[in-house]
Amino acid sequence: MSARVRGRPYADPYLAGVGLGLVLLASFVLAGRGLGASGAFATAAATSMRAVAPAAIAGNAYFTEHLGAGGPLRDWLVVEIIGVIVGGFLSAALAGRLALRVERGEHVSVAHRAGTAVAGGLLMGGGSVLARGCTSGQALTGGALLSVGAWLFIGAAFAAAYLVAFVTRRSWT
Amino acid sequence: MIGPLPLSLPAGSGDALALAFGVGIGFGWCLERAGLGSATKLMGQFHLTDMAVFKVMFSAIVTAMLGLFWLSRLGAVDLSRVYVPETFVLPQLVGGLVFGAGMALAGLCPGTSCVAAATGRGDGLVVVGGFFAGVLATGLALPAMAGLHQSGARGSLTLDTLFGMDSGSLILVVVAAALAGFIVAEQVEQWQARRVAEVGR
Repeated sequence: MSARVRGRPYADPYLAGVGLGLVLLASFVLAGRGLGASGAFATAAATSMRAVAPAAIAGNAYFTEHLGAGGPLRDWLVVEIIGVIVGGFLSAALAGRLALRVERGEHVSVAHRAGTAVAGGLLMGGGSVLARGCTSGQALTGGALLSVGAWLFIGAAFAAAYLVAFVTRRSWT
Repeated sequence: MIGPLPLSLPAGSGDALALAFGVGIGFGWCLERAGLGSATKLMGQFHLTDMAVFKVMFSAIVTAMLGLFWLSRLGAVDLSRVYVPETFVLPQLVGGLVFGAGMALAGLCPGTSCVAAATGRGDGLVVVGGFFAGVLATGLALPAMAGLHQSGARGSLTLDTLFGMDSGSLILVVVAAALAGFIVAEQVEQWQARRVAEVGR
């Protein structure tokens, strides 16, 4: 465990969950769409590829549909994710929870933690492109809208996460 | 009077982007308040020591689901203009398995990794980088996996249609399941706390 950060304790999970649900509801009611995270990364990836190697994504429908007309800063999900970063920062700052640190198990080196972080990120990237969304766009948004695919995603993701967490449990204790 | 809901904001307009920014701030704020920007807290869900992920996620789903159901029933919101993510059976099962394995390694999901990075966590920043690379690489490989990616297309299929139930009854089942899940989550946490206390003695 890295150095403990003093700060106010976290909110009650049910209260935070109801708050999150009201944010999601506001998004449905006002914008007609839910939350998302992976879509913003798809737009960032498509924009980067167009700048660096446009030939490599010519004819790639996935990247073309994530290239909005007005550029990435006119994209709903990109702006929403910038909001997530600002909102998370403000909440932590006001609760005294901002601190530079690397969260990892007590017996795990920073290099090992960096490895699991990269590997985990890569796998989540692959999974969310295949599934057309992640915990935000599929699980929360699709879950609340009773989408069949979202509930399949929730079941599959939790099952795999429990299995992998059990196998790798030593790296967190 | 703000007119029919959802609003018809042109994509990329200042109003739409201001709304996106506001929704994002609320989203990031709630994730951070719940402690889900912390990989060690998030992993508690999968080590059965801290069920906050489940509690936050299902309180949010139930709140938004009930709110939307009643607002639509009262005629305040046109449900047909709310976009329901489309179902693709196999890619969402396979994608879910790959995603879940990654989430247990990363200790964070894409949204919470942004909060982790924004609050000073180096591990969160590395997850963000890995996730970006994963989306980029899989996006490039997608034309070769088009068969899998497009398989099992069912459109915007919802659970009530699948089970031939009216949406109100299905929502009641989901709420009951979530409440039962909350009771189980509390029991699991108490059982783990007792176990830890015994080991420590």
